[in-house]
Amino acid sequence: MSQNLLVNGTNYAVDVDDDIPLLWVLRDTIGLTGTKFGCGIAMCGACTVHVDGIPVRSCVMPVGDAVGKPVTTIEAIGDTAEGARVQRAWLEIDVVQCGYCQSGQIMSATALLAANPSPTDDDIDAVMAGNICRCGTYPRIRAAIKLAAKAG
Amino acid sequence: MSIHDKVNVSVSRRHFLIGASLTGAGLIIGLQPSLSSAATGDLEPNPFIRIPADGKIALIMPSVEMGQGIYTSVAMLLAEELEVTLEQVVLEHAPADPTRYANPLLGDQITGGSLAIRGVYEQMRKAGASARVMLVNAAARGWGVSPETCTAEAGQVIHAASGRRAAYGSLIQAAASQAVPQEVPLKAASSFKLIGKPIRRLDSPEKVNGTAKFGIDARPEGVSYAAIAICPHFGGKLRSVDDKPAMAVKGVKQVVRIEDAVAVVADNTGAARKGLAAIAIEWDAGPSGDLSLAELEKRAEDATTSGKALPHINEGDVTKAEAENGPVHEFVYRLPILAHSAMEPMNCTLHVRKDSCDVWVGTQVAGRARQAVADVTGLPVDKVVVHNHLLGGGFGRRLDVDGVILAAKIATQVDGPVKVTWSREEDIRHDCYRYLNYSKITATLGPDGLPMSWRHRVIGPAVMARWLPAFTRDGIDLDIMGGAESSYAIPNKYTEFVRHEAPDGMLTGNWRGVGATRNIPPIEGGIDELAHAAKIDPLEYRRRLLQHKPRLIGALDLAAEKAGWTNTLPRGKGRGIALSEDFGSFAAMISEVSVGDDGKLKIDRIVFAVDCGQVVNPDTVDAQILSGIVYGLSAALYGRLTVQNGAVVESNFDDSPVLRIHETPKIEVYIVPSSEAPGGIGEVGTPGVAPSLFNAIFAATGKRLRSLPIDQHEFRRV
Repeated sequence: MSQNLLVNGTNYAVDVDDDIPLLWVLRDTIGLTGTKFGCGIAMCGACTVHVDGIPVRSCVMPVGDAVGKPVTTIEAIGDTAEGARVQRAWLEIDVVQCGYCQSGQIMSATALLAANPSPTDDDIDAVMAGNICRCGTYPRIRAAIKLAAKAG
Repeated sequence: MSIHDKVNVSVSRRHFLIGASLTGAGLIIGLQPSLSSAATGDLEPNPFIRIPADGKIALIMPSVEMGQGIYTSVAMLLAEELEVTLEQVVLEHAPADPTRYANPLLGDQITGGSLAIRGVYEQMRKAGASARVMLVNAAARGWGVSPETCTAEAGQVIHAASGRRAAYGSLIQAAASQAVPQEVPLKAASSFKLIGKPIRRLDSPEKVNGTAKFGIDARPEGVSYAAIAICPHFGGKLRSVDDKPAMAVKGVKQVVRIEDAVAVVADNTGAARKGLAAIAIEWDAGPSGDLSLAELEKRAEDATTSGKALPHINEGDVTKAEAENGPVHEFVYRLPILAHSAMEPMNCTLHVRKDSCDVWVGTQVAGRARQAVADVTGLPVDKVVVHNHLLGGGFGRRLDVDGVILAAKIATQVDGPVKVTWSREEDIRHDCYRYLNYSKITATLGPDGLPMSWRHRVIGPAVMARWLPAFTRDGIDLDIMGGAESSYAIPNKYTEFVRHEAPDGMLTGNWRGVGATRNIPPIEGGIDELAHAAKIDPLEYRRRLLQHKPRLIGALDLAAEKAGWTNTLPRGKGRGIALSEDFGSFAAMISEVSVGDDGKLKIDRIVFAVDCGQVVNPDTVDAQILSGIVYGLSAALYGRLTVQNGAVVESNFDDSPVLRIHETPKIEVYIVPSSEAPGGIGEVGTPGVAPSLFNAIFAATGKRLRSLPIDQHEFRRV
C-alpha cells in the first residue's frame, strides 16, 4: 500500500509494502543514494539516517515505522547546526578515503554531538563503534568529532 | 632514461624485470594526442587533459579512486606541470580503454599493486608539461614574441615584459595546430608548488555531503533492481527453484535463473531481497560439497611437507651451510583464508541491448570489465561502454570481474537496465579469497649468532597464473613470492614455491599487500625468533643484517627513536618490530602491547616510519599508512574464514568481524624525507602488522605465535 514519507522536508508517496526496509525506499524509490547499504543486519552503520532526530539503521527499519516521522539523510544533515559542524570538521581533518561509510559516520557523529556536545573518547567509542570503516579512517573520525565539538 | 627505466629503478626486482618486459612498447602511452578538439572544440593535447574555451579544465584519471587518494595525487602531478590550480580543474573517470589508460608498469588498465604513482609519476607530469608548452607556444606566436620570454601560471600564459596575459581557454584553437612536443623539461623538485605539499583531497566534499557516486548508486532511467543468491558450494550449480513465492511479492517483476545463481528482479532492491528470501532454492553442491576447513588445512600441511617445490632464489649453498652450522631452527607460519569485505558490496548495473551495452560499475580493471561483458553478450567490445565510478573500497576485490560477468548473465535476460546488488552474505561467501598460505622457514646461525643459512618455502596458490601470467616465471607466481627474497644479508639463501591451489570453484585473488602480506609475517617473525635464539636485541640483530640497506635502516632508526625502543617497559608489556621492503618503499613498524594478568591482549600503540621516496601528498601517505595498518589489524585479530560442506560458513560482520573505532590503537606515522623515486604506499602499512604483534606478544609474554588470527584472550605468561 502507499506510504507517505517526509524526507528532508519533502513529502513522498511511495507504493511499497510497509515491511520493506527504509534504506531501499530512500535509495531506489526516492533516489537519495547518499545513504549506503553495507550489511543489511544493522552491524555496520553505513545506512544510518535520523528518524525523528534519532539515529537508526535504515537497512532494518521497516518503512512503515518511519511513516509520520521526519526522516533526515546525509543529503540534508548539513542544514542542522551539528551536521554542518561535523561536515566542516570532516573536510578540515580530511577524514574520508573511499568514502562509502562516511555518510553513516557523519550521521552517527551528528547525533552524538546533538545529544552530547562535548563527548569524551569513551563517549565517542560508545556511539561510533557501531559504524565500520574498512579504510581505517577511525583516528581521523575521532579527531574530526573533537574538532566539531570544539567548534560548537 | 625512459619513464619506465626511471620508475623501475625504484621498484622491486620482480617489478623491474616484469615491467621492462611487459611495457617495452608502452613508452608513448598517454603522450599521444588523441586529437585537438575536432568533435567538441576543446583542446585535447593527450588523453589526460581536456581544455575548453570556458570553464574548468577536465583531468581524466587513468587510475581509479578507491580511497587511496590517487585522484588528488594524479591531479597534483598534472596541475603541477600544466600550471593550473586545483580549483581550476574537474576530475573525470577514464573510459575503458587500455590503449590510452594502461598503467605503464602493468601494461593494462589496472589500478593495483601500489603501482599507480610509480607508474604515472613522470607520465602525468610530462602530459601536463607538454600541454603547457603547446599553450605557451601558441600565445607567444600570437604575440610575436619568443616562447622563452613567456611563463605560465594558474591557467594563464604571461608575457611579463609587455604585461600581456592569455587564459588557456582563449588559446585552445591556436594551440591545437601546435605539434605535441615529445621531449619536455620537467620541473626540479625545488620548484614544486603542489608536489610534496599536504593537499586536501579533491573528492572529500562530495563524500561528505552524500553526492559522491559509487557504482551501487547508478540509477539509469528505467532501472530495475536485482537481489541474487549464488550457489554457496564452490563449483556447485542451481538444481531447481520455485519462483511463485517471489512473484507474489509486491514489486517483484521477474526471477532469473543462471547456471549457478538465482536473481529476483523488482522495482526496488528491498522488494527483490524480500522475494529472494521467500523462495526455496535447491543447489547441486557439486564435487566440492563435502569439503571442510580441516580438510583444506590438511591439504596445505601436506603441500608444506611434500609438495613439489620450485626454486626461486638460490644464493650460496644452503644445504652445505645447514650441514656445517647447527642446530637447525625451523618454523612454520600459517595464514588463514581471508575475505576483502570492502564496505560497498559487489554490484554492477547493465543495460544489455541488441546492438550495444552500457555498464555502470566501480572497477579496478575497466578494460577487463568491458571485455568480460563483450564475451558474455557476444557484442563487439567497442559496443560496450563502461561507466566507471568511485569504488567503495577495493583492496584487490575489484581487480576481478566475476561480479561483472554474473551481472551480465542476468542482465541479458532482463528487458531494460538492471542493477545487481550482492548482499553482504554473498559478498563474503563469494569473494576472490586470499587463500591459505603457509611458510616453512629453516635457518642456521653462525658463531656470532647471525644467520648463516635461510631457507623459505612458500606454499599457496598461483593467482598470477590466471590473473596476469606475465607475473609468473617457470611456474612460479612472482607476486606470491613478493618480499620472500627478504632484505637481510644472509650468505646462503634459498627460497622456493609450492603451488597449492584452492578447490575448484573457490576463486582466489589479490588481497591488500599481496606477496608481502604473506611473506613478511614469517620472515619478520622468523628473524625475531633467531634474534632471541642468538640472545641479541631484535633491533640490533636487524641492523647488523641490513648494513647494505640504508633506506630500511633509516626507517628502522626513526621508528625506534619515536617508539622509545631503548626505554624499558614494565612487566606484561612488550614491543615488536616488523620491517618491509616492497612496492618501492621501505617501512618499519613497532607495535607495543600489554597482556593483562587475565591474559587479555591490548595494543597500546603502533609507530610506523616509512621511506617512500619523493612524496606527492604527505597527507595521503599518512592516511594510507593508517588505512593499511587498520586493515592489517582486522586481519590479524579477526580474519579467518571457515569452510563446511564446500561452502564458506561466515557471512556478515557479526560472524566475520572487522576492527572498530574503540579497538583502534594510537597509530603514529613518520615519513623519512627522501628525494628517491616515489614508492607505492597503499599496501605498505599492512604486511608488518601481524609480525610486529607476534613479536610484541612474545616480548610481553614469552609466547611465540606463528598463526593468524591472534587469539586475543589466550595468553599466559611463560
